[in-house]
Formats: sequence, structure tokens, C-alpha cells
Amino acid sequence: MSGKTSKRAKAAKIREILDTEGAAIETNTQGFNDDRYESVANLENYEALKDEARAIKEDAIERLPELIEELTAAVEANGGTVYLAEDAADANEYIESIAKDADADSVAKSKSMTTEELDVNEHLESAGVDVVETDLGEWVLQVAEEAPSHLVAPAIHKSRAEIADLFEDHFDPDVPLETAEDLTNFAREQLADQIADADVGMTGANFLTADSGTMALVTSEGNARKTVASADTHVAVAGVEKIIPSVEDLQPFVELIGRSGTGQDITSYISLLTPPIDAPTFNGDRLGDPDDREFHLVLVDNGRMAMREDDDLRETLYCIRCSACANSCANFQQVGGHAFGGETYTGGIATGWEAGIGGEESAEEFNDLCTGCSRCTEACPVKIDIPWINTVVRDRLNRGEDPDTFDHLVTGLTPDEEPAGLDLQKRFFGNFATVATLGSAFAPLSNWAAAAPPSRWIAEKLLGVDRRREMPKFTRGTLRKWAKGREPPADPEREVVLLADTYTNYMHVERGKAAIRTLEALDVEVHVADVTESGRAALSQGMIETAREHAETVADALEPHLEAGRDVVMVEPSDLAMLRNDYRRLLPEEAFDRLSTNSYEVLEYVFGRLENGADLDALADGDGEEIAYHSHCQQRTLGLAAHTEAILDEVGYDMVTSEVECCGMAGSFGFKQQYYDVSMAVGDDLREQFTTPETEDRRVVASGTSCHDQLTDLLDRPATHPVELIAPEEE
Amino acid sequence: MSQTTNESPVEQFTTSLAEIEVDWTTTGLDDIESTLTALIESPAVGVELPIDGVTLPERVETNPDPTAIRTATTGVTPATLAIADYGSVVLESDPNGSELMSLFSGTHVVVIEESDIVGSMAEAFEALGPHLREERGDAIVATGASATSDMGALVRGVHGPKHVHIVIIES
Repeated sequence: MSGKTSKRAKAAKIREILDTEGAAIETNTQGFNDDRYESVANLENYEALKDEARAIKEDAIERLPELIEELTAAVEANGGTVYLAEDAADANEYIESIAKDADADSVAKSKSMTTEELDVNEHLESAGVDVVETDLGEWVLQVAEEAPSHLVAPAIHKSRAEIADLFEDHFDPDVPLETAEDLTNFAREQLADQIADADVGMTGANFLTADSGTMALVTSEGNARKTVASADTHVAVAGVEKIIPSVEDLQPFVELIGRSGTGQDITSYISLLTPPIDAPTFNGDRLGDPDDREFHLVLVDNGRMAMREDDDLRETLYCIRCSACANSCANFQQVGGHAFGGETYTGGIATGWEAGIGGEESAEEFNDLCTGCSRCTEACPVKIDIPWINTVVRDRLNRGEDPDTFDHLVTGLTPDEEPAGLDLQKRFFGNFATVATLGSAFAPLSNWAAAAPPSRWIAEKLLGVDRRREMPKFTRGTLRKWAKGREPPADPEREVVLLADTYTNYMHVERGKAAIRTLEALDVEVHVADVTESGRAALSQGMIETAREHAETVADALEPHLEAGRDVVMVEPSDLAMLRNDYRRLLPEEAFDRLSTNSYEVLEYVFGRLENGADLDALADGDGEEIAYHSHCQQRTLGLAAHTEAILDEVGYDMVTSEVECCGMAGSFGFKQQYYDVSMAVGDDLREQFTTPETEDRRVVASGTSCHDQLTDLLDRPATHPVELIAPEEE
Repeated sequence: MSQTTNESPVEQFTTSLAEIEVDWTTTGLDDIESTLTALIESPAVGVELPIDGVTLPERVETNPDPTAIRTATTGVTPATLAIADYGSVVLESDPNGSELMSLFSGTHVVVIEESDIVGSMAEAFEALGPHLREERGDAIVATGASATSDMGALVRGVHGPKHVHIVIIES
């Protein structure tokens, strides 16, 4: 079988998952995500706890070899054993030997992703040992012979009715099973005897504390407690990254993990076990001596120590597998882990895990489903830059086996720094600024040509640009040209440099003009920068070196403006996010800090001007007009949706806002043939929210260019940028 | 989770219990036996409370065999700590079988002394740290009934108790 799936085959696979699993996944993940918002809002020191959790993980991974030794000594002093397994085969052989030593016919298991990674069930079964999963979701999958689709709720893709059918087929129960309660009771009864009869209880570990040899297990059903208590032999299997220094270090994680994952303040049981546990054993018809209990800890490397040495993948080891990055991901909410996931792991962070464990190719099939919208970064309780990990792996995949391969002929002919074999689709979207320059120069001819059937057919065949998408329209005159020679305000209070992004300069020029009129009305003199492309387009395709080139060009072009004391103002949130966040990875620290602290989104800047005494009356009056506003994903992550909403409200608009993580377009993502269906499925939520009786007649307002394109395709009415709503008429 | 700071720990604790739909009873030392008798449905198993002069009602089997543990309707055990913000109780896993008797029955009756209620998770870990490190003990932070959503809707009572009743002994 070929490793790479064609764009068409991929589109078909995604379509099928959307049809069969999409509905259950959407309901469940969006439920978790809504509950997460509610639960963390009730936690006073949420941000401080995240910082603390992050610091503990950074320190633990830094000192990992030392902590492994400390933990080993503690577990051995407690009467347990520790085995450090190099890889899956090593771990499985060792676990099999424990089962053999315990003379075990059967193993009861509580849910553990690390054992999924090892395929320990298959290994034990081939050695003649029965394995039963005791978490109900895992058990359903064991019966159905399917793989988990979610880190925390493995059977999230199955509806109640599907589970009922599965049990009906498989067990032929005496009484029909209908409600969730029927199904739960049936499963419990099936499992009770199997847990009681098991010779070995196997668990994972959410955390291990080096100081005491304590393991924390985060569960709700009680199956982990029973699994440990029922059998005399307890085996815990955990990745080495689960070790943290002390018991007290558990506290922030205990407060964050349930909230971040399924939106519960805390799960029913946090087991803090220092095994072998002190409970009496079940010894036939009497209780036995607790000292008869055995404990074996299997610490798994399987690529993790190498990830620790990898500056870009290291952060993955901070992951506590809470599933926040999956639940907050607009794409994951539609397709789930069977599309957005690898061999074992699912969701945004899966790219880091799969690449670290199995090499970059293990992430190739699903990595592009991360659009870099960044909504997961604020949901992640250990603040992992998940989009960056996805970008880095994409870049490595683009470069193939030899990271230094360059085709000099191709380098000479293409405006980027990428290797010869780069996918044409990625190269096209990654270099969109070049396309836009040409498109604008030849507009309207270029628009007619791009819209003509043969071009659309070629674009789809060659570049994978979906034919159902309307191509962006280039404008003949650019914003830069329009702004040249304008009369600045007579006595300006501030001076800014407007970094007009590719779309604002070449396509949606009206929003640029509105930005300039607005700023001038607030006594701000506007200079338009000589650069357009921030590097966002390239970065989103995993073309990091090309993005770095753009970043350096932007830094050089803005330098004289910053020297002159000007603030940088931007219209497009995704480009602002480059300067504010992503340039950290692309530029020297000093250059990044300077750009990051001095750049503003246009309505954020207006907000600041008004706070500092500028005259609100200089802006257009909303006059109670009813609008429906959709803020941009990256704008929300930057914490800037509130500024726009405040201003629109202040000038008198009657506003409702959308409640989605992302519009689904996400730059070029929705234009790609293989992802068109996911993109539209994501957009469907937004369409529904803006076509209710309350919203259907409202004017649609959106801050992002891609949101604008998506909304235009979703609705039969146009979208406007908020700055156009507040800009005064030209005098 | 309760955030009101001018409430006493016990008030915060019961506010949290109400939010997670767990029943509770407050009682004096003198009335503990009658309180428990009213809450217990036979067959019942349990672990004696570490409080001088208090014994569990006679109906509670304190020296059960594995079958009695697995088939009990009610399990009565003490908790060493309660966490007001979350409505959690901390259950020990000791040689007396507390872990077994709090886990297998349909109803778990947990007895906690008012003075053992702390406000926050951070305070709880100040106590748990030394305990786990020095005594190498086991503790379960238990919050509400055992539950699952794996079957398409929230169901209480999976592998652990379906009902939890907290008895708070006033200081």
C-alpha cells in the first residue's frame, strides 16, 4: 500500500467519517468544550495554575534522568519494581514476563493511552493471556474491535443507539437494552466477574511523583480503583514524561485536568496510590494480607528521551493528555480522531506524539488538519504551542528524508526557500503574496481568467483548489497606491505605520481605506509600509524558512518606522498574530520583542485612542443598526475580540456575536479540495447561528479575510470588516 | 464549585455538595449512631471510625469476607479530609479495608469530622504531601458518585457507588 493518500482519496475518506461519525463527535466534543469554558471561568486562579503546571513540567523534563532515578529508588523502597523499557517490544516482553510469573490467565485493564501505543493487549493475547478493558468506552471498542477516536472518551464517535445495536449483536441480551443506564448496568455486570477473576490488574498513570513513588490516576467510573484493588499483582505502564518531582506538584494538575478535558471541575476519583497499596487482598473466601500485593512499574521510553533532545518536539512531553486541544479544535469537532489522529494519539497534539514515537511520517496523513487557528493554545493547561509543533512537523515532511535537500534550479525559479519536492498545492498557497501581486497587476483580466472553467479545472487538478470555492477577486489599484499622497491630519497626536497584508493591499482594499480614514479621524497620521506579506501564508504550509525570510523583510521594512516612534497597525488578525507570537520562532529575540510590543489590531488601536481621549464622535454612528459579528480565531486567542465588540457597541450598533472556535476556512485550508467538506461542516455551525430568526436579517461583520470568504460562501449576504462600519465618510 | 469566601468551610463544603448532587447530614457526636442507622440499608459493611467512644451500628459488618464486601448495599467508612471548594472527601486505602468497603457497595456513607474540612485543593495537598511521602500511604480524592458518559448520556453508578451520603460530625 502506498504511504501517501491522493487528495481525492483523502477527501472521500473524510467525507465518509463526516457521514458516519461526525454527528456523535460534534455533539460530544462541543459539549466538552462548552463545559470547559464554564468550568475554568469558575476557577479564580486559572491562569496562575496553568503557569504553575507549565513550570513543573518544564522543570521535570529538564531533570528527567535524575527524576527517573529518584522515582525508581522510591518505588523499590516501597516494595515495588521498576523497569525502564526502551521501546514497545521491550515493554511488551517485560509485561508478558510479569503475567507469566503471576501465572496469569487474564489481565483486567483500566484505560491507558500508553498501553494503546504499545499494543500490549495484542501482545498478551498472542501469548495466551486474556485482556479485558474495564473502562466502558474502551470496552465498547474492544467488543467492536475499533480504535479510540479521542484521548479521554475513546468511543466518542459512537451514539447510544449504535452501542445498543453492538451489544444486541454481540451478546444477545435477554432484555432489550435501550437507555444509557441499561447499557451501563449491562456492561458493569459483564465486567464485574471478569475484574474479580483477573490475576493481574494493569493501569496507566496520569502522573508519578518521584519523591514518594506515588501515582495519580484520574478516573470517574471507579474501574481503575477496582482493577488495582481486585488483583494481587498491579502493573502500571507509563511514559517517562509522567514523572513530576513531588506530591505537592500534583495540585495544579488535579485542578486543571478535568476542567480542561471534559469540562468537569474534578473527576469522581483521583486515586493517589503509593503501590503496592495497603488494602487487604481478596483471597478466596477471606481477606488476605496487604503485604501479599505486588507492584511493577513499567516506564516507557519509546522515543521520548529523543523528543527531550528535540527543541521543537520537546514541549509535547508536557502534555497531560487532557484532550482540550481536540475538543477546542473546529476541525476535530467534525471529524474526530479517526481522521484527525495517528496510530494511537488524536487531536492537535497527536502530531507531536506520533512524530516523536514513530517518526514524522506517522503524522503525515492528518497533520494538515491543524490549520494553526491557535484556539487550542489557550485551552491547553500546560500552554503547549501546538500549532508550532504541527508547523515544524509539516516543514520536516515537506523537506523529506534529507532536511538539507535543495534543488538549486527550483530555488532560482520559485520565490521561496523550500525544497524541490514540495507539494504544489502547498507551494501555491504558501506563496500567495506573489500570486496576488501578479493577480492585481493584471486585474480584471486575471479575475476573469481565474474564474473561467478551464482555469478552475486546472487549478483543481494541479493545485487541488476546490472548484466549488469562489476565487478571491483582485483589485487593479492597491491600497498602497491609493494612500500615496494623502494629506495627513494637520496636527497628529500619533503616527502609525499600517502593515497592509496581502489581502488588504491587493483584494479587500476597501477595509484598508476604511482603516486609514478611521485612524486619520482620530488624529493619527498613517504611513503605509512597503511590505505586505507577514509570512503567515508560508508558515501555514509548513514553509518555515520562507516564512522566516518574510519576517526578516518585515522587520527591516518596519525598523525606520519604529525608530521614528510609530506604532504598527494591522487589519488582518492572522498577520498580527505573526508579529505578536509566531515571530518569536523566526526572528532574534530583540527584533521579535520590539515588533510584538508595538503592533496592534486596528480596532484595538482605535480602542486605545478612545481610552486616551480621542473623540468618539469622529467615527461613524451605528444608529442602532442590527449586526451579527464573527471574530477571528487568532484574534480571539490574542484576546482582541472584546475591543472590536466594545467599539461597535459604543458607536451604537445592535450586535449579536457568533459562538464558534473558527469559521472553518482558516486561510487556504477551506480552498483545498481534500478539506472542502470539513471546512463547510465547520462553517455550518456559523451558518446556523447567523440564519436564525433573530440573526437572519442582520448585517454580517467579520474581522478575518478567510472568515469573510467563508461567510460569503455560507450565506447569501455579504460580509463587512468592522472598521468599515466605524470609518467616517471621506471628506 | 463554591467561590464565596465569607462562608465557613463547612458551609462551602455543603454548597459544593449541593452542586454535585450529593446528600449530606450534619450530626453531633452523641447522635452519630442513630444518624448512621437511619442511613444504612442492609446488608452493610464498614470500617470503624477513628473517633473515641463511637462505634458503628450493629447492623454494619466490620469484619466482612470478600463476598459480603462485593454484595453489600451500603459501605460505611471514615474520610480523613474533605475539600470544601470541590465537595471532595479523601478516602484512605488502609489495611482495615477502607478502600474495598467504600468501592463495591451501591451506597457509600462517608463520615467526616467538621474540623477535617479544608477550603481548597492547595490546602489538601499541604496535608497529602507529607502523608504520602512519609507514610507512603494511598488516598482517593472522591467527588460524588461514580459516573460515566460513555454510553451516550451521564449515568451515575458504574464500577463504584451510585449514591454517596456524607455525614458531617459537628465539632
